[in-house]
Amino acid sequence: MSKRIVVDPITRIEGHLRIEADIENGKIKDAFSSGTMVRLLEEILQGRDPRDAWAFVGRVCGVCTSIHSLTSVRCVEDALDIKIPPNAELVRNIMFCAQYMHDHVVHFYHLHAMDWVDVVNALKADPKKTSELAQSISHWPKSSTGYFSDIQKRIGKFVASGQLGIFSNGYWGHKAYKLPAEVNLIGLAHYLEALEWQKEIVKIHAIFGGKNPHPNYLVGGMACAINLDDVSMINAERLAYVGQLLQDGKDFIEQVYIPDLMAIASFYKDWGAIGGGLGNYLVYGDLPTNGYRDSSAYKFPGGAILNKDVSKIYEVDLRKDDEVQEFITHSWYEYAGGNDQGLHPWKGESKVKYSGPKPPFDHLETDKKYSYLKTPRWKGNAMEVGPLARVLVGYGLGREDFKEVVDKALKDLNVPITALFSTLGRTAARGLESTLTAQWGLDFYNQLLANIKAGDTRMADMSKFDPATWPKSAFGVGHTEAPRGALAHWINIQDQKIANYQLVVPTTWNASPRDSKGGMSAYEAALIDTPVSDETQPLEILRTIHSFDPCMACSVHLYDEEGKTINRVSVLGD
Amino acid sequence: MDNDIIPKQPTYYEEVERKGYSRRDFVKFVSLMTAFIGLEQSAIGQVAKALQTKPRMPVIWLHFQECTCCSESFIRSSHPIVADILLDKISLDYSETLMAASGTQAEAALNNTMTKYKGQYILCVEGSVPMGADGVYCMIGGKTSFQILNEVAEGAAAIIAWGSCASNGCVQSAKPNPTKATPIHKLITNKPIIKVPGCPPIGEVMAGVIVHYLTFGKIPELDRLGRPKAFYNKRVHDTCYRRPFYDAGLFVESFDDENAKNGYCLYKMGCKGPTTYNACAVTKWNGGTSFPIQAGHPCIGCSEENFWDNGRLYDRASAFAGFGIEADADTLGKVALGVTLGAVAVHAVATNFGKGKTIHNHIEEGNESEHELES
Repeated sequence: MSKRIVVDPITRIEGHLRIEADIENGKIKDAFSSGTMVRLLEEILQGRDPRDAWAFVGRVCGVCTSIHSLTSVRCVEDALDIKIPPNAELVRNIMFCAQYMHDHVVHFYHLHAMDWVDVVNALKADPKKTSELAQSISHWPKSSTGYFSDIQKRIGKFVASGQLGIFSNGYWGHKAYKLPAEVNLIGLAHYLEALEWQKEIVKIHAIFGGKNPHPNYLVGGMACAINLDDVSMINAERLAYVGQLLQDGKDFIEQVYIPDLMAIASFYKDWGAIGGGLGNYLVYGDLPTNGYRDSSAYKFPGGAILNKDVSKIYEVDLRKDDEVQEFITHSWYEYAGGNDQGLHPWKGESKVKYSGPKPPFDHLETDKKYSYLKTPRWKGNAMEVGPLARVLVGYGLGREDFKEVVDKALKDLNVPITALFSTLGRTAARGLESTLTAQWGLDFYNQLLANIKAGDTRMADMSKFDPATWPKSAFGVGHTEAPRGALAHWINIQDQKIANYQLVVPTTWNASPRDSKGGMSAYEAALIDTPVSDETQPLEILRTIHSFDPCMACSVHLYDEEGKTINRVSVLGD
Repeated sequence: MDNDIIPKQPTYYEEVERKGYSRRDFVKFVSLMTAFIGLEQSAIGQVAKALQTKPRMPVIWLHFQECTCCSESFIRSSHPIVADILLDKISLDYSETLMAASGTQAEAALNNTMTKYKGQYILCVEGSVPMGADGVYCMIGGKTSFQILNEVAEGAAAIIAWGSCASNGCVQSAKPNPTKATPIHKLITNKPIIKVPGCPPIGEVMAGVIVHYLTFGKIPELDRLGRPKAFYNKRVHDTCYRRPFYDAGLFVESFDDENAKNGYCLYKMGCKGPTTYNACAVTKWNGGTSFPIQAGHPCIGCSEENFWDNGRLYDRASAFAGFGIEADADTLGKVALGVTLGAVAVHAVATNFGKGKTIHNHIEEGNESEHELES
C-alpha cells in the first residue's frame, strides 16, 4: 500500500513548485509535479511594440536573468531579418557566459549543496584536517587551518544563538548525509565564499547592460557603444574590468566549484544510479560565432537524443509544425479544438481555467488537471533539457572540448558513462559546462579586443529599428540555451505590433504534468524509484528535483489567441 | 506613522536570569552547549557572547507573483555583504529561495517565528498577490497567496514591499492585468509598509533599508508614496552625469551613432530618467559598477508605478503623461548657449506645468530648434 506525501513549497528554487509522491517500500512509486503560480505574461504582450518585448519577458525570471531578454531580441531580429554586428554577438556571448558562471555556482552552493552537505555536522570537523584535505584537492589560497577554524567558530556561535535563520529545520543529521565532517566544513565555508563571489561576476552585466538582475538589451545589437577615447563609454578600463572578472570567475570555478563538486560526488556515487528518468534529451544550441542562423558554428551544439543513445543525435527544427507541440490534458487550460491535441507555438491557443480543489486544500486531483504548466513534447516525446542534455549532445557529436571534460570527470570519479544518466550526472554536468563557458567567455573577450583593435567598433545595426521599415506581417523564432535548458520564443508581428508571443521554457519541459497519453515529463520520471528513507523528511526528493534547478516563474504563462481579455475563472472545485 | 517600532527583545541570558538561574548555571550551560554542538572548548567565550547578545531581528520573506529578481538583487549587496546580514544582523527564518527546509519543515519554521516573535518580526514581501479567480493564480502549500499574506502580516511589526511587484504590481499588472495582480499596500492597511520599488531595487538599497532599520532603531523616513526618502527623493534625470548634455541640447539620435559614442543624453531615445525617482545614478548598480544610462540604454523607469503602460520604451519621456511633476526652476539658468533654448524650454514648461497640449507644442518647437542647431 503506497502513501501519498506532499512537498510544498519546494524551496531553494525559483518560484512555486509542489511535488506529490506515492511512497511504497521506501521508494517513490508515482510522482506528480505541479506549478502553482501563473502571471499570464503572453496576454500582456499582445499589441505591444516588438522592440519592447525583451523588457517584459526579461521579467519572466530574475534568476536566469538576461536569458529571456536575449531570446526575445533574437526572435524579433529573426522575424525582421536583422543581422547584428559581430561585436554585439560577442558582448551577448560574454554576458551569456557570465550568466552561466553565476547561475551554476549559485545553484550548486546555495540551492543544491544543502541536499548533500550537513551544515551542523561541519561543526564537528577538525580544522587542521579540513585544511589538509582542502589543500590536497585545490590550490585555492583560502585554505589554512585558521581560516576553517574561524568559519567553524562563526557558525558555531550562530547555531548557539538558537536562531538558525535559513538553516532552521533543515534535515541535519539525516542518515542520507554521507560526507565526513571535514568535507561538510569545506562545503559550508565555500557556501559563504560563493555568496560573496557571485556578486562580482555579474558586474559584467552591469558594464554592458547597466545592471544585474535584468540588464538591458536592444533589438539590433547592444546599447553599450564603444569609444576608446571617452570616459563614459566602453573603453580600455571597462574592457579590462570585464577581462578581470572573467579570469577571476574562471579561477573560482576551477579552484573552488569543481574540486568541491568532485569531492562531494565521490561520496555519493550511488546517486549515479538514481534519478535518471526519461533518457531523452533536447538541446536547441547556443553561443553563435557566425551569426544566429548558422547553427553549425554554435559553441553549444543543438540536437536530440532518444533512449540514452548518444551515438545518434537527431536534428531539431523549431519552425516545423509537428516537432515542438504543447499539450494541456493535465494543465489548467482549455483548447477550443479539444484538450487532447498538441499545438505548435505559432498556433498556440490557450485559455486558463483553474479546475483544481478550492484552497486551502491537502491534495491536488492528480488524475485530472493539476498544474499551470503546459506539457511540451518533441515529436511526441517527453524530453529532458538542461546541462546534462547539452553535455550529452556535445559528447555524442564527438566535440573535443566536451569529450575532454566529460572523460576526465568520469575517470576521476571512476564511474562509467551510464552514471551520467542520473541525479548525480545532472549535477556534475552543470559543473562541467561551467568550466567550458568560463573558457569560452575569455575566448569571446579576446575576440572582442581583437575586433576593436582592428578598427571595428560597431555595436548595433539600427537600419531596421524604425517600424516603418518592417513588413506588414512577420514570424520569428528566437532560441537560446538558458542555464536550465532549451528555451525558445515564437513571435508573430502584424502591423508593427505583437499579434502573438509564445514562450516554451526549460522548466516547462522538465516540470510539466503528464501528456495526453499519460506519459510523464522529466521531474516525475526522474523521481520514480528514488529512495525515501524517512517519509517525514523529503531530502532525497529534493536532491533529484534540485538536480534540475527548477525555475517555475519561467514555466507558467498564457496566451489567449483571440486577444480577448481572459475572464475571471469562477469555476472552483468542480 | 510611528517610525519607532523596533520591539525590545531580551537576550537569552536575560531570560534565564529572570527565571532565577545564576551566572554559574549559565556558564555551565554554555560549556555543555559548546560541547553539544561539537565545538572545541576554546569557543566557549563566543557561545557565551552569542547567548548574551540581543536576538537578531526575525525576518519572514514571502514570495508570491514574482521572478525572484529581488532576492537575487539582495544577495548582490556589496555593503554590507549578504553573508554578514544573514549571520550577524537578521534571522532570515523563512525565505523560499535560501532556506534549507522544504514542505512541512519550511511551514513549521514559518509558524514558529510567527508565534514566538508575534508583533516583532519584519515581513518582507517579494511579488504581487493575484486577486483574480479567488486567488488561485498563486498557491503555496495549498493556500492562496492572499490567505498567506493575511496570516503572516497580522503579527508583523512592519512590512517591506520589495520591488515593483509588491509596491506597484509590476509586469503582471500591466494591461490588461489578467490575474488582477495587486500590490501589498492595497491589501494590508493596518501596518507600516516600506515600499522599495524597482525591477529589481538596487541590492545596496535593499540592504540599506534593513541596515537603516537596525542601526537607527526606526524605519527610514518615507515620502508620500511610502518610499524611503534616502533612496527615492531624487529623479534619475537630476542626478545623471549626462544631464549637462541635456541642458546643452546634445542628444543621441540613434543607438550606436556618433552622439551615442560621445555619451550624449538619451532623452530622445526614450529615457524615463526625467520621471523616475531612484538612486541608480548616484548609488549605481552592482557595487557601484555602472547603471543603465552609463551603459548606453535609456532608463526604462522600472521603479515608477505603471511604468509598463507609461508609453513605449523608446518613446520620449515628454510624449507621455506625468512628465515633470515638480518644478525645476534652475533649468533656465543653465542655458549657457542660447541656441539650445528650444529643448530647455520644453523641459522647463513640462516640469512646471505638465499640461499635455502645451508640452506637445513646445516639443515641436524644441525639435525644430534642435534641427536648426544640427544643420
